[in-house]
Amino acid sequence: MIEIKQLQKKYHKLVVLKGIDLDISGRGVIALLGPNGSGKTTLIKCILGMVLPSGGQIFFNGENIKGKNEYRNDIDYLPQIAQFPENLSAIEIIELMKSFKQGETREKALIQLFGLERELEKKMMNLSGGNRQKINLVIALMHDSPVIILDEPSTGLDPLSITRLKSFLRNESNRGKLILLTTHIMSLAEGMAEKVIFLLDGRIRFNGMMTELLDMQGGQDLESSIAQLLDNETV
Amino acid sequence: MKQVLIILLFFYHHGVFGGIVEICKDCDVNDVSKAISVANECDTLILLGGKYYSEPILVDKSLVIIGKLGSEIVSASGLQIITVVADYVSFSGVKFSGVKTNYLKENAAIRIKQGKYFEIENNIFEDCFFSIYLEKSKYGIIRNNQINGSATTEAESGNGIHAWYSSHLTIESNRITHQRDGIYFEFVDNSLIINNISIRNIRYGLHFMFSNDDEYRNNVFEGNGVGVAVMFSKKIKMIDNAFIKNWGTSAYGLLLKEINDAEIINNLFDDNTIGIFVEGSNRINYIYNTFSSNGWAFKFSGGCDSNDITDNNFVNNSLDMMVSSSIQNNVIRGNYWSEYTGYDLNKDGVGDVPYYPVKLYSYILDQVPESIVLMRSMFVDLVNYSEKVSPVFTPKDVIDNSPKMSLVND
Amino acid sequence: MNSVLKYSFYEMIRSRWLFIYTGFYLLVSVALIMLSGDSTKVLISLSNITLGITPMVGILFGTNYYYNSREFIQLLLCQPISRWKIFSAFYMGLAIALCLSIIVGIGLPLTFMGIFKSGNVSLFFILIAMACMLSIIFSLLAFLIAVKFDNKVKGLSIAVLLWLFFAIIYDGLVLLTLLVLKDYPLDKLTISLMLANPIDLARILILLKLDISAMMGYTGAVLSKFIGKSLGSLLIALSLLLWTLIPMGILRKILNSKDF
Repeated sequence: MIEIKQLQKKYHKLVVLKGIDLDISGRGVIALLGPNGSGKTTLIKCILGMVLPSGGQIFFNGENIKGKNEYRNDIDYLPQIAQFPENLSAIEIIELMKSFKQGETREKALIQLFGLERELEKKMMNLSGGNRQKINLVIALMHDSPVIILDEPSTGLDPLSITRLKSFLRNESNRGKLILLTTHIMSLAEGMAEKVIFLLDGRIRFNGMMTELLDMQGGQDLESSIAQLLDNETV
Repeated sequence: MKQVLIILLFFYHHGVFGGIVEICKDCDVNDVSKAISVANECDTLILLGGKYYSEPILVDKSLVIIGKLGSEIVSASGLQIITVVADYVSFSGVKFSGVKTNYLKENAAIRIKQGKYFEIENNIFEDCFFSIYLEKSKYGIIRNNQINGSATTEAESGNGIHAWYSSHLTIESNRITHQRDGIYFEFVDNSLIINNISIRNIRYGLHFMFSNDDEYRNNVFEGNGVGVAVMFSKKIKMIDNAFIKNWGTSAYGLLLKEINDAEIINNLFDDNTIGIFVEGSNRINYIYNTFSSNGWAFKFSGGCDSNDITDNNFVNNSLDMMVSSSIQNNVIRGNYWSEYTGYDLNKDGVGDVPYYPVKLYSYILDQVPESIVLMRSMFVDLVNYSEKVSPVFTPKDVIDNSPKMSLVND
Repeated sequence: MNSVLKYSFYEMIRSRWLFIYTGFYLLVSVALIMLSGDSTKVLISLSNITLGITPMVGILFGTNYYYNSREFIQLLLCQPISRWKIFSAFYMGLAIALCLSIIVGIGLPLTFMGIFKSGNVSLFFILIAMACMLSIIFSLLAFLIAVKFDNKVKGLSIAVLLWLFFAIIYDGLVLLTLLVLKDYPLDKLTISLMLANPIDLARILILLKLDISAMMGYTGAVLSKFIGKSLGSLLIALSLLLWTLIPMGILRKILNSKDF
């Protein structure tokens, strides 16, 4: 589905991605992990066309995405920090974002899922951080696209909402979707992802099944396995 | 002598002197020349209505000529209509027309040659090359006439009231439009021009050349090429006049060139490109005048010495003053300047900091006229402001040390 | 694109700053009308104010608006629409809102004052048109700066500098040039220099309507003749067109190679 070949990205002298080869396809949840500055967000932004690669190619469904924007119809994206026009109401923004993609939307179900019914008429500037993140999630997920990319989805969410989000995503995965997710919270990744991509210093250090990673490092859980992986690197 | 004239006229009207000759289409006397030839000295000729196409008429007797019932004398050939070579001649109530442009002779509707004690009153002059032309004449009155020329270019047009080598004239309450100069004085002394309206003339509303000791008062000059031009003259009094809307590339309300010892008092200069343009003129008192909404209120050029500019109002002019050469011993004092932003701490009505009426921008404009395109730009405001704080380029002696805080009312 | 434009416009007209900006014009217009019943004087004062304010507000408002909406624009960039469409819609929302401010702030009070019955209708329209034109051009320059420089402080500083340049420094350079070359015929050069700066162009179009052409002497005559002629109007239109097309071209180029 998403095929990445020798992807490189430099910002002036700083090389952020140093030749990434990836083939993301099938279904299920993939956790994209790595320390701060390892290039996770840059990689996602490259896939979305927000950051233009310095080298290499990205194919979506076999088509080079360079200069294209229609392919984004099939990707739902939750940005790490979303800010909305302060003077618009939540519902106005949802309506605006709905207008860009074709197909059925399911914002009503999502609004219900996160209990946002009473917040819709309020201006964005009057919403709490948590509610804004929930609106962010509604907007990201309402289109029912085959690919979902989530950048730190749990930021600012209360435990109940995290639980609901998790079950929603599991359900999506069961419906055959491909979900790519970055997070710092290892328990979230461990509880959801079947596959792990581990990025370090602009390179892929591990790409495989979660169980494989745990076995290989012999840790009890994902957190210690990752710590182990990092330890090996620095030695 | 005026009293004598009035007494004489009194007698004329009461038929004490002379007889009456009536002129009409069906009368025995059916044209003006014939009437003159049959009339005696001091007779009264009365036109009883109708239009008379006439060849040039010579008036060589003292006569009173009165037009009634809209009598009109038209120049049949386009030449001069009336030439007066006698004293005590009077015209009233007649309409004159049809004097054509002539490049060789300055033909007029009425020309008075070396006449004295004449009176031209309540007449209408329509489309005449020159309307009234006085040469070497004295003690005349021109009053209440309507003079409407049809001038389009300076070269093809003549003046409304033209006086040459004359003196002791009174020109009063006439309305003059569309001539070259409304009123033209050349070598005319001791005369009074009062209550006239001179508008939309091609060149000047009123024009003095080599004329001394004259006074013009309470006239309106509007929409002329230049309102009034006073050149090479001495001791002219200019009082209570209005100079309005003389707009154009070289349009002034008042143009002074090489004149001395004039009094310019209580006039209004409104909406002119340049209110007063002064060139080489000395010892002139400008008092109680109001300059409003002019491009430049004052423009000095050539040496102008010992002038006194006191108690005037300068209101909303784009630029108050422009000085193109050194001017000396001038007094500028006690004027109101709407641009003035100083303060008056002791509340005596006089600003505590001096006002410099010449802006740096005026000075720049004089150097590079093209810089007019920068008018009202922020840069120019800035330049003016910095110059105001510490004058470097603008003349330090052009200064009002006692600017008024509010409008001067005399 | 239409929905982006619509929402950008809604966002703008609900913003406090636009409200204050419109209120400022309303206040100034009403105050001027009350101080002087003469419509010419009101229009002269208003033109002085708008020529100074609109470019500054356009450029500062524009940069600020972009920096404040940056994250939201990023979200839009993940949608299946081209970058250019998103930006042009955002820009148009801003420009339309600014023009509306002027039309309401100046147009309403003057209409109530009875400007349409006075002899100054054409001056009124020129004033409104020029104020809108300056808003359109300078908010476009603002977007250009903001997209080029990610650093907000740097972007705002450059915006202020650019405004200073066009509002003041440029005229200083023009004057310097004219002074240096004063022995040569200058009217063509002067006209070209004025054509190159939208603020100067707007000011001169207003000045000519104010009858100050008569004050301009020979240059004024050349200038008013030039502007009266069809070639003149064509060049003015062309200059204004270039002032929108060239920045748009540059904006497009920057957008095509920018990382968000």
